[in-house]
Amino acid sequence: MKPAAPRPALLRTDGIGLRCEAGGFHVDPWKPSPCAVITHAHADHARRGSHRYIAHHDSVPILRHRLGQDIVIEGRGYDEPFAMGEATVSLHPAGHVLGSAQVRVEAGGEVWVVSGDYKRDHDPTCRAFAPVACDVFITECTFGLPIYRWPEPRVVADELNAWWRDMRAQQRTCVLYAYSLGKAQRLLAHLDPSIGPIALHPAIDDITTLYRAAGVALPESVRFVKEIVKDLRGGAMVLIPPSAAGAEALAALGPVSDASASGWMRTRASRRWRSYDRGFVMSDHADWPGLLRTIEEIGAKRIGVTHGTVKPFVRYLNEKGYDAFPIDTAYNADETEGAA
Amino acid sequence: MRRFSQLYRELDGSTRTSEKHAALVRYFREVDDEDGAWAVALFTGRRPKRGVPHRLMREAASEVTGVPEWLIRVCQESVGDNSETIALLLPPPAHEPDELSLAQMIESVVMPLRTMPDHEKTDVLKRRWASMPEDERYVLHKLIAGGMRVGVQQRSIARALSEVASDESVDAAVIEHRLSGVWSPTAAAFGALLAAYDDSEAGARPYPFFLASPIEDDAVESLGAPDEWIAERKWDGVRAQLIHREGLTTLWSRGDEPMTDAFPELVQLGSLFPAGTVLDGEVLAYDERPLPFTSLQKRILRKQKEVMLFDDVPVVFMVYDLLEHEHTDLRARPLRQRLELLDELLHAFEQRHGTPRHLRRSLVVPFDGWDQLTHERARSRAMNVEGLMLKRLESPYRTGRVRGDWWKWKVEPYTIDAVLVYAQLGSGKRATRFTDYTFALWDRDPGQDGAELLPFAKAYSGLSNREIEAVDAKIRASIVGKKGPVRVVEPTMVFEIAFEGLQRSDRHKAGIALRFPRMARWRTDKAIGQADTLGTLEALLPEERV
Ligand SMILES: [Zn+2]
Ligand SMILES: [Zn+2]
Repeated sequence: MKPAAPRPALLRTDGIGLRCEAGGFHVDPWKPSPCAVITHAHADHARRGSHRYIAHHDSVPILRHRLGQDIVIEGRGYDEPFAMGEATVSLHPAGHVLGSAQVRVEAGGEVWVVSGDYKRDHDPTCRAFAPVACDVFITECTFGLPIYRWPEPRVVADELNAWWRDMRAQQRTCVLYAYSLGKAQRLLAHLDPSIGPIALHPAIDDITTLYRAAGVALPESVRFVKEIVKDLRGGAMVLIPPSAAGAEALAALGPVSDASASGWMRTRASRRWRSYDRGFVMSDHADWPGLLRTIEEIGAKRIGVTHGTVKPFVRYLNEKGYDAFPIDTAYNADETEGAA
Repeated sequence: MRRFSQLYRELDGSTRTSEKHAALVRYFREVDDEDGAWAVALFTGRRPKRGVPHRLMREAASEVTGVPEWLIRVCQESVGDNSETIALLLPPPAHEPDELSLAQMIESVVMPLRTMPDHEKTDVLKRRWASMPEDERYVLHKLIAGGMRVGVQQRSIARALSEVASDESVDAAVIEHRLSGVWSPTAAAFGALLAAYDDSEAGARPYPFFLASPIEDDAVESLGAPDEWIAERKWDGVRAQLIHREGLTTLWSRGDEPMTDAFPELVQLGSLFPAGTVLDGEVLAYDERPLPFTSLQKRILRKQKEVMLFDDVPVVFMVYDLLEHEHTDLRARPLRQRLELLDELLHAFEQRHGTPRHLRRSLVVPFDGWDQLTHERARSRAMNVEGLMLKRLESPYRTGRVRGDWWKWKVEPYTIDAVLVYAQLGSGKRATRFTDYTFALWDRDPGQDGAELLPFAKAYSGLSNREIEAVDAKIRASIVGKKGPVRVVEPTMVFEIAFEGLQRSDRHKAGIALRFPRMARWRTDKAIGQADTLGTLEALLPEERV
């Protein structure tokens, strides 16, 4: 019997991004594409310059905010298939940030799913990850090492509020470093506003306004501007993106205790490297058990791996009997930090 | 074990000295003497010998977790610490913790491991893991393998213990003295650490050192009338007290380390002074003029049996203060008086023993006004000294770094603005980031045609971790080539490079070698066209001797 000719890959990388030939689009391209399907609005996934964007409804305002009001963009709902060339495409919740989506692509009798970034832990600010059956699953692996195992978010939230209470008792202001999209809102949702005022750096405040407009319930907060610094001194919680670490207004807060919340805080070297006073382990990516559980639930035998510790994860999956292969993307290069 | 793990977590999690101190005091108050003794032992570098090799621990962890060993090794590279890696890998404990004290854990679990056959070691480990939470496992691994780095020195321990001790006579220096040398972690020894002070202990103990604070150029003028001050050279040696009391002569460094074995000729010198003398000064490599500090290091690091060779690195004790004279503590007297007594003592010494080979008096630099002193300071580099010391004549000899009476006025380093051209990953904990950089200067005025950047120096210190992170990100985005482990970076970043000295060198591409180059500042305000030229650097070269 003649063996069946190998089927061409439904998705493969070209110089622009992960391309779907049949559908005529790229997923999260790092260079301008005629048509970009965007999993979520983090900078490493949503870049400027594409002619046309497609993303989940809730991502649309965030993408406009980040890429420009004039981009050409269409919003889609979860689980609503639409035609793209010869392919049928649909978006499914990824549980990463508001509007984050896995992209399901079906063509020529084969189904591929691109996970984008995802997590399995509870997050009150976005829809929970939904496993989608497929032939090939392309997974991220930011934390694809078995040392990464997250504590219960509830437990971390309690530690966070306990730290705030302690610092308030010592009349210190809390400065919590968090990415402005996703992590900041998730932390905000976990904060106990009865402890004291919560202030958001303008970059965080802007995105938070979009979250509220999308119907996400969040505790009350104020915008962190110079004029209100005096009201925050000695007991407020101030959320700041890591890129704004040296901000002038921070110096005016008086004695502070600073902290970071991310998956990297799991290891001592990362905690000490940044010399924050505290490190909370809370990530918007799947941990090791989360990655394995997801791959098992989805049931795909072929696993594309990208975005993180690719090499060891591919080898591990192959040893476990999967047909795993690396997918070379622009966000692989020596990646030790991402929008975690 | 739980209480000790909590202490470990508190010490490790804090960067504030006051918090660490409070955590230690709480610990020593709460635990019994045995657990107190072991904590002292562990934090002063006295730990049981390693009982389980890493290989065996990794094998056991692989069996328990199902994670293949090669993957554990990948994790270890990423974490940078074997003890931590395995603690992070293991699943949550299967049963309730059994409450062993720290002393029990060490004496009945860790210490017997050494003599067990491998399979028994593995069994013990697995049993312990099953009943310990993650942070206790981490501490257990540290007990087995060593490497407790939580920023606690013997001094911090001594300070905490002196607060716990009920008797006021037991200050930190007394405890440090009691801890020096051989000390066994037993309940009795712990009790003795805290016991009331007994005069017979005085023996060879140094006084706590008075340390100078740094002063900036523009602050010197505001010190007041110049005639209330004396100036001395700031020697680049090892601060020490040379002590002679009844039948015992010792040399103590500021780190409260006895250096008696490393410098027998200085001990011999000290023994010639009358009993009840304590001299404060500096141990210096010296041959008519001070030698570079590195020659002194050779002496300090040399093993005891090799000291026969000491003539190749001659040393002197550069004395500048007298703390005890004829068994009288002079520290409360003004510097003026102490120096007079010192001169009398040295005079009497020379009368009896002749001019000592290994002793120098740190001479006072005369000056009338602060301006004049600025000129004197400028001569520092030529004299191989670090700058000037300013001391108030009426000041007592204080304890520790107290501002106001003793100032060190260091020479400013040379600086030059250079362009980052190559980067390399660091090593150890810095292995995931580009932390080692090569810098270049322009070979001619950058405005001229054909101007090129010439690599001339490497530097990897001087930036904060957060700065390194920002530079690292920028490097990653601008790598244009590769030469082995070295990445060629598009030249965009300008740094101010500080260094202590320079000389011609054939081994260096640009023909010049720098002494202790480091990054003083990241000049984000400067474009690469504003960096310096090689000519600027050459102009700094000292005049060549003919
Ligand atoms: Zn993301
Ligand atoms: Zn990402």
